[in-house]
This record gives sequence, structure tokens and C-alpha cells, in this order.
Amino acid sequence: MFNKILIANRGEIACRIIKTARKLGVLTVAVYSDADANALHVTMADEAVHIGGSASRDSYLLSERVIEAARRTGAQAIHPGYGFLSENAEFCRLCEQNNIVFIGPPVGAIEAMGSKSAAKNIMERAQVPLVPGYHGEDQSEAVLKKAADDMGYPVLLKATAGGGGKGMRQVWSENEFSDGLAAAKREALNGFGDDTMLVEKYLTQPRHVEIQVFCDNHDNAVYLFERDCSVQRRHQKVIEEAPAPGMSEALRKEMGEAAIKSAKAIGYEGAGTVEFLLDVDGSFYFMEMNTRLQVEHPVTEMISGQDLVEWQLRVASGETLPKSQDQLTIKGHAFEARIYAEDADNDFLPATGFLAYLSTPLESDNVRVDTGVRQGDEVSVYYDPMIAKLIVWDENRDKALQRLAKALSEYRISGVTTNIDFLYNLATCQPFVDEDLDTGFIEKHEDKIFHKDEQSLTEELPMAALYLVLANEQKAKQKAQSSNDPFSPWNQTNAWRLNEAHVHHVGLRHNDSVYDIVVEQKRHGFMITVDSKSYDCQGHIENDVLTTNINGYRSAATIAQNGDQISLYRQNGAFNFVQILPDLGCDDDTADAGGLIAPMNGTMVSVLVSAGDVVTADQPLMIMEAMKMEHTIKAPAAGKVTELFFAAGDMVDGGAQLVGFAAEEDK
Amino acid sequence: MAKIISKINTRSQDFIDNAEYMQAQVDDLKTQLDAIKQGGGEKSRERHLSRGKLLPRDRVNALLDEGSPFLEFSQLAAHDVYKDNVPAAGIITGIGRVGGQECVIVANDATVKGGTYYPLTVKKHLRAQTIAQENNLPCVYLVDSGGANLPNQDDVFPDKEHFGRIFFNQANMSAQHIPQIAVVMGSCTAGGAYVPAMADESIIVKEQGTIFLAGPPLVKAATGEVVSAEDLGGADVHCRTSGVSDHYAQNDHHALDIARKAISNLNRVKPVQMNIEQMREPAYNSNEIYGVIPKDARQPYDVREVIARVVDGSEFDEFKALYGTTLVCGFARIYGYPVGIVANNGILFGESAQKGAHFIELCAQRKIPLVFLQNITGFMVGQQYEAGGIAKHGAKMVTAVACAKVPKFTILIGGSFGAGNYGMCGRAYDPRFLFMWPNARISVMGGEQAAGVLAQVKTDQMAKKGESWSDEEQRQFKQPIIDNYEHQGHPYYASARLWDDGVIDPADTRQVLGLAISASLNKPIEDTQFGVFRM
Repeated sequence: MFNKILIANRGEIACRIIKTARKLGVLTVAVYSDADANALHVTMADEAVHIGGSASRDSYLLSERVIEAARRTGAQAIHPGYGFLSENAEFCRLCEQNNIVFIGPPVGAIEAMGSKSAAKNIMERAQVPLVPGYHGEDQSEAVLKKAADDMGYPVLLKATAGGGGKGMRQVWSENEFSDGLAAAKREALNGFGDDTMLVEKYLTQPRHVEIQVFCDNHDNAVYLFERDCSVQRRHQKVIEEAPAPGMSEALRKEMGEAAIKSAKAIGYEGAGTVEFLLDVDGSFYFMEMNTRLQVEHPVTEMISGQDLVEWQLRVASGETLPKSQDQLTIKGHAFEARIYAEDADNDFLPATGFLAYLSTPLESDNVRVDTGVRQGDEVSVYYDPMIAKLIVWDENRDKALQRLAKALSEYRISGVTTNIDFLYNLATCQPFVDEDLDTGFIEKHEDKIFHKDEQSLTEELPMAALYLVLANEQKAKQKAQSSNDPFSPWNQTNAWRLNEAHVHHVGLRHNDSVYDIVVEQKRHGFMITVDSKSYDCQGHIENDVLTTNINGYRSAATIAQNGDQISLYRQNGAFNFVQILPDLGCDDDTADAGGLIAPMNGTMVSVLVSAGDVVTADQPLMIMEAMKMEHTIKAPAAGKVTELFFAAGDMVDGGAQLVGFAAEEDK
Repeated sequence: MAKIISKINTRSQDFIDNAEYMQAQVDDLKTQLDAIKQGGGEKSRERHLSRGKLLPRDRVNALLDEGSPFLEFSQLAAHDVYKDNVPAAGIITGIGRVGGQECVIVANDATVKGGTYYPLTVKKHLRAQTIAQENNLPCVYLVDSGGANLPNQDDVFPDKEHFGRIFFNQANMSAQHIPQIAVVMGSCTAGGAYVPAMADESIIVKEQGTIFLAGPPLVKAATGEVVSAEDLGGADVHCRTSGVSDHYAQNDHHALDIARKAISNLNRVKPVQMNIEQMREPAYNSNEIYGVIPKDARQPYDVREVIARVVDGSEFDEFKALYGTTLVCGFARIYGYPVGIVANNGILFGESAQKGAHFIELCAQRKIPLVFLQNITGFMVGQQYEAGGIAKHGAKMVTAVACAKVPKFTILIGGSFGAGNYGMCGRAYDPRFLFMWPNARISVMGGEQAAGVLAQVKTDQMAKKGESWSDEEQRQFKQPIIDNYEHQGHPYYASARLWDDGVIDPADTRQVLGLAISASLNKPIEDTQFGVFRM
């Protein structure tokens, strides 16, 4: 085993690797950029080396700097984590030249899998099943389009050098092909410096099932079962689970052996993941092989009882695999939910900001939180906006799912918009409970996940209103207790009136609907009226849990309040309300009316119009990129672009005015 | 402390009948008030709202801290007094919490005759200021008024307790460090202009508030100058040019928000200097008071049954329980605050009056607030009692009540007749607050007695002429007198004229007293200097 390793990564994965290294008595060296000077992974590691500026291309992607840091600190090996340099063959080679062990597969394996089309050729020869597709070198649009036309739409365009959903486009019909190809190529060029594309048949209801494999350099190979990562948005995984629901022993074995065959075909060593598309009929197709530790590896660890990072370190230091295939078994069921700083209600737009308040669910044998941030840290524009991975385990899928929902409802973050409510809704929606999984899950069940049905709020609205009244009471009580007049009836918050009903008016917004709710204080409890329907209510709050009795039905909800935002976590989902506060008339400023505002911090990719251009409604004006995602700024109405404030390549702050725009007058 | 053990059977027919009778009176009160709380008619409310203004009660609600109680005064003011219907005298006054501080709020109701000041509007405004001054409470004026009601100018303008006194009070309260905040949410014309101008801090709503000594019509008449109200005295003029107003508000909500911030920045600490205990609810439900009070006002009952339904834990340590038993005195707590209670339990005799004077002295010395529960037909009359010095004993109690500087609170829970009203801290004796129950009656003597006295005088005059009258003739003579006393002694009549601070639901007595006592503690309790007690 090594004495000291360097971790060429940041965030939760760096922290995760340090934990195992520490357990094994291995010293750790962290590397960090300007932005990460005080990051958690830096404080956790035994030593840390500054390697450059905040942008990844100025630090974490600089192979030379990382190698130099390893040499300076005497690290014997480098763990690349995932992303950054983890699948970079050049870096792997550089390690070799410097006599540093690269904790991962040999250069050859990375190179073999690095190009998707080359990988498919290898797999084809090794008789691993493949999705029909074009992986040729002729990249002319005509040839690519013909391949697509031949296999029939929909097709998927993918950058051969890509991964993680970048440089990837679905094309649903012949006439979308040209635009889709251009966009995919642009992303690929920006992201990987290579816009070589492959075209594949797009399966409409496939599941994403991947197999964890492990090989040592003594010719041993095992598979640590499968993970189902079907729930994705924009080809990014959201909730992963293991084992895959409905997986038969026979299919598991068949897929596991196919995965080992894939790994052996390229002389693999270390941890790898073979991704398959699993069709409804049980046939599966090789998609790609990830030659690194996956983000979602913890679910495998939870059901197998193995520490995959420990396996990586042992294998890299020349040991044999800790277990043989027949020593590996599946126990229980695990989920992982990826908590992101993003606005799920606004097309998953990445969010940035400081984590003003952060409280995680209590960790236990059943609940694990892998994170790289603390309260007060910044989710910056420079890196992936993942805040944490929440992993839960229990004896079976139903119990594990309940744990997931509970833990999500206990995860509190303010200061940054997160997808926690979205994840909660996903975890509690019936189709997910029913294992009705495919990669189109989120689009398909959008209505259920985003609670678009206002009719279903008959309990939630009174609950949210009651919460506000009770929370105000609780706050006043606390304040009274510390005053010099603690029992004064003026401390009451019951809206007492002489010879009149005692009434609170609560304004709430849910999606686009606005509700004026009347909460009348009665001798015992409340009469709550919403849309001229009245409810007899009682309730109390204890540690964020609101217990209510509404018309004789007692239930509880966990509540998170952040400013005017109130989230209710119930068994049937998370509900978001915005408290409507009195209009103080101060924001009727018309200065912004004629302009368009940057939705986030980012870089201007391209400006598609010039000052003076007359545009139609929804016409794309410019493209911004942030968090590795493109966002198109469109004209809000027909009108004229009067002024441009940014050029391609400029850094843009969220909220900055992008263009001067004069809407066409109504005629 | 000793707990009062109630001897009331809440299942008895009497109790049920009594409760129904009181309920009917409370229901009638609430019905009257429902109409009054609408303010001016439907049309004037709509016109008010269409200008983007909040209704006055909504303004008060928006000004108050979320959920704060509001102890409103004199809701029945001007009820059936004028030919015009002037609900609540066109002004809403009361105490509420703003920015954590108990404040007196005075809000004009522009939906009632343009918010103009009738004589009783002036009286109600002045009474609210008196409450503020006596209890050291900051004032917030929500101004939206056309000024003096011109047809009634003779009863509004010239006298000491008329319109001018409003500004006199503002100046003097300001001098006493009682903050004066004005929010101009409508017109502030002529005399009204001095409310914001004399305020410590003032806020004006754009395109709504105007302040000027003379409005555009008067200006045109006087000088021929044609100018719009906004240009003459709008928010822009007063915030940017004249400096008459300090804060520029976008709308009503914004103005009230600024007012709340102004109060939060006052840097005041409530000087609560007494032994406070944990508040406890009474052991007996306050609602049971309905059944305790006999339907027939002449029927006696034990006032301790009322006390048991008002004070903390129904606990009451009685003073001189065996002496002068027609007056019940003792110590209790209301919302944790110590109080001395003085309650009638029959007619006042010399002993009861001396006991009362003694007890009031104790409370004044110990700085314990006094609560008077008034149900009194008067002092005992007759040769024996006059000879026993009932007049000087009564005078001792009146002296004690008059001089005691502790906060005093009076609730008329039954009759309030004659000198009994004085000894039991009637309006003239400056209780900080005085409220009536709907069953209470107030007059110089009972209607029956007055009619009896007048009939006796007439009988005597007739006897001198050798005439006499039949019982039927006497009955016909007496009835209108009785009816008139009943009409003028009724709480609505009394409250309409501000002889009290409001008619309350007996079940709310504890809450009202708690709020009033707590508000009064904003002013440190002074030492008392008593006058000469005639021995």
C-alpha cells in the first residue's frame, strides 16, 4: 500500500477519497485553485498544494501542475477522482513517465474507450451487443445525415470525445438535423476541443443500467452488480439506485459477464463502469465504458458492503482483488440523489451563491452524505454545481425510498436555489414508487413531479397558511420570553379584536395561482377559509414538523421556510408556496422593462444579432454558457435591438443587462 | 394565593336563562358594531378603494405587527347622536403593537363624511391623545380628513377641548418625549395640516396625501391662483421642496411600513417595574360570566363569582373579608401583573367605604394597579347612617380614589348610580380606561328612584293645594321619566357620548383588562400624595 497519495480533484469526491485513505493509513495531498483556497477538501487533507487560478483550465486541468505537486510532496500515486483528468490518457502517460502511479486503468484502456466510435468498434469485435449506429470517420454532414435517415428517427448525435451529456443532441426529424448537428458540434468543440460526431439509433423507452466492474493486474475481474440510472434530465443522472428494479438473476449474470468481456477486451485494470441501454424486451446494448470511479458508486458500496476507493488503492498498489465473484452478494437496496444548485422549475438552470444555511440529515448506517461543502461556502460559477450526494440504504426498495424522502425533507439549504424539492417530488411520485422507469421519466411524469394540478392543494393550502400563523406565534413567544414583560397580552399574535372575529389574512402563491386565505382564530384552533371553502383546523409546530388536524384528519408535514418561500414535505410530495407580502410599490421601476437580464453568471458564447436589428418574438439573440450548459437568450416580443452590452467571450454577471431592447408598440 | 371556589351551578335553569339574556345583549352589541365597522356606505368605500387607498381598518391592520391585538376605543362614538349617520364618529382609535411597541393609533375614516371632524370626532381624537399621554404611548396618526365639519364649526372649533387642543396635545406630548408620528394618506387641509406639521416625523403617500393650509378652491377665491392639489401640497412638494414631510411613500402599504420602521427606531424600553408572575388562565371559564349575572338587575349575586372568572388561576387574597362586606377588596393577578380589586357586593355603608379607602391607600403605597368592578346603586341613606357619618366615610373613599396615582381601571358591570360612581372611580376620577358591559346602566340615580322622587315632589305640591292624584295618574307621570332614564343610562347612549372607552363583551373582560394594564405600565407609576381625610 502507498504511504502518500495526491488527489487531483476537488469537492465531494476529493473528500470521499481522503476518508478511505485515512482509514487505510495513507497520507493525502490535496490540490486547489484560487477559489478553493478554503475548501473542505483542502482542510481535510494532510497536505495541500495550490495549483493555479479558479477556472479549471487554469488549475485542475493542468497536468503539469498536478504532477509537479505530486513530485514536490513525494506522493507515490495520484487519484484523479471523476471528471477533470480522470480519463485523460496524456495525463496517465505523464504519471507513468514521472514514476507516479495513476490510480485508474492503463493508458491503453483509456485511449481505447476515450473515443466512443473506436470503443464501439472494439466492442463489436468482442461481440458485445451495440445499438445500431454510425461510428465512421467521414464527418461530412451529408454522410452523417444519411446514416441518420437510414436508421430512422429519432437519432442521437454524440461527440465521440464527450461525456456527461455535453455535446449530445436528440434529433427527432430530418429537418431538425442540421441545427442539432451544429449545436452539438459547437458544444463538443468548446468542451473537448474535438467535434467528431457519431450517430445512433435513439431508443424511446430505454433504461440506463450500468455494471460496475473491477479488474486487477493479476488477471482477475469481477462485476459488482448493476445500477439503474434511468432517471435523468438533459442526460444527467438525478437519482440512481442499486440493484435495478425488476432485474432477474439471469439477466444480471448475462450483463455482468458482458461487462467483464468489455473490460477484458481492452486489458482493463481498476474500477470501471460499462453502461448499457436496457430495452423493454430485456435486450441490452453497450453504450460506453467509463474508465474511472463513477459519481454514483456509493449505491454499489451500500448494497455490496465494499469500499470501492479502498479496492482502487489496493489494486493500484499491486494487490489482488479483495473479493472473488462468488464472495460478492447484494444486500438490500440503495438510492443516491444528487443535490444540485439549480432551479428545477426554471429548466434546471444552474444557480450560484453562498450556502447561507446548511443542515444535513443525520448520518447513520442508513443515511450517508457525500459532500465537499460547508455552511458559508460558495457554489461558484467555476465548477459543477453539485452540492452533495445523499445516499440511503434499507432492506428493500420501498423502505429505502421512504428513507430517501425523509432524508431529503431534512436537508436544509438556504442562500442558493437547490433541486431538493424536485428530488423529493421525484422520490415520492407514484410512477417512481411503481418502478415505471425509463430515461424519459422526468418529461413523461412532469405534471406529477411539478404538481401542476391546483385541485390537489385542499390540504396543503390550509397547512401552509396555518404554518405561517403558528410560526409567527412561536417567534413572538420566543421574543417575549427574553423581554422584561414576558406575559403581557400584547405579546399575543392572535389578531385579537374587540367585539370582532380575530382574523389573519395570508396571501400565498403556488405556481401561477394566487390564494387569499382567511385564518380565523377560534377559542380552540382555527377556521381556515380558502376559495370560500372552510376547514376546521388545529396544529402545532415542533422542530420544523407541522402537525395538523384538518376537518378531523390528522397528518404531519416537514416544513422549510426560507424568506418568503415555504416548502411543505408531505407523503405525496413537496409543495412550494411563496408568501405574498404587501406591495410596497418600490419595485415598479421601469428601468429593466426595455432590457434583458443575464439569468446567471457565465460566459457569452455568441451574439446572434447586431444593434439595430429588428427581431421577432422568441428569436434567439445570444447564447450564454454557464456550468457547462448553454442557455439561449430570446427576444421577449417582436421589437428592435437597440444596444449590445457584451461580445462573445465576455464574462457576464448574473442579473446584468445584456441588450437594450425596444418592444414593438401594440397596434 | 387562595382560590375562589365557585358556588354557581352552571346547569341550573337560572344560569341558563341568565346566559341567554346576556348573549342576546352581546349579540345586539355585535350587530350594531358590524354595521358601524363598515364605515361610510358601500359607495364611499368603493370610491375610496378605487383611488388605490386602503380602508382605514385595513390601514390599522397593516400598520400593526403581524397578529398584534388591537384594543379599540369607543366603537359606538356618535351612535344615534347626529342627524347624519357618523359611524364610530368617523375616526378609529385604539392601542396596538407597532414595531414591538404599544402605540396609540388614530386613523381618520375618509369614507365617513370625508373624514371631517364632528364634535364627537374631536372628543374621540382628544380622548385617544389623553390615553397616550397618561400612559406614555407613542402616537401614530393616519391622516385622511377634510378637517372641521363646517356646519358644526361652533361645537368643533372655538372651545378649550375643541380642534385646537389636538395640536396643543401634540406639542406637549412631544415635549414629554412621547413620539408623534403622522402618516398623510389623504387630505390634510387647513387645521388638519398641523397634524403632520406638528409631528416629530411625518410620511406622505405620493399622489394621495396632500397638506395645505388652504385647498385649491380657497386659493383661487383668495388670490385667483389656479393650482392642482398635487402641485399645491402633494408628496413631491413636501418631501423635496417644503420639508413639511420627511418620508416619501409609494403607496399606503409603503407608508405604513415606513411608520413601523420609524417606531422601531424610537429606542424606548418599557419600564415594567413590578413583581410579575407566570400568567395563568382563570380556573373558571370567562364565558360563564354570562350565566353569573342575573337577568333581573335588582337581584343580588356574589361579585366574587365574576372575579373568579377574570383573574389568574381564579386566585384572590381578600382584605378585611369580614368587615364592610358590601365592598369586596383584595389582591389578585391579571396576566401575571399584580392588581388590587375593589368590587361592589351591595350598597355602600360607612364601614365598606372606610375599608375601600384603606385598601386604595395600600395599593397606592405599594404601586399596585387598581381595578374597580362597579355595580353600585349608591351610599346608604337614612337618619341612622347620616348620623353615623356616611357622608364623611364616603368622602374618605372618594378622596382616596381621586388622589391615588396608581393606574386605575374601571369596568361598569352593573349599575353606576349617584355618588357610588365617584367612590368607585367613575369617569371624573381619571381611570386610565373605563369600559361598560352591555347590561350596565349609568345615571345620577335609578330611573325608578328618580321618578319616585319627582312624583313625591309633585304629590307634596298637590297636597299644599289640597289636591291628590290617582295611582294610575302617578304611573303615567312616572313612566316617561323611567323610560328616559333607561334610554340615557343605556351603555350605547353613554358610549356614543364618550362617557366611557367602549362597551365590551363581559367574556372579554380579562383580555381587555390585561391589555389595558400592560399598556399603562409604559408609564412609571408615580408616588401618591393623598388629600385630607375627614376623620
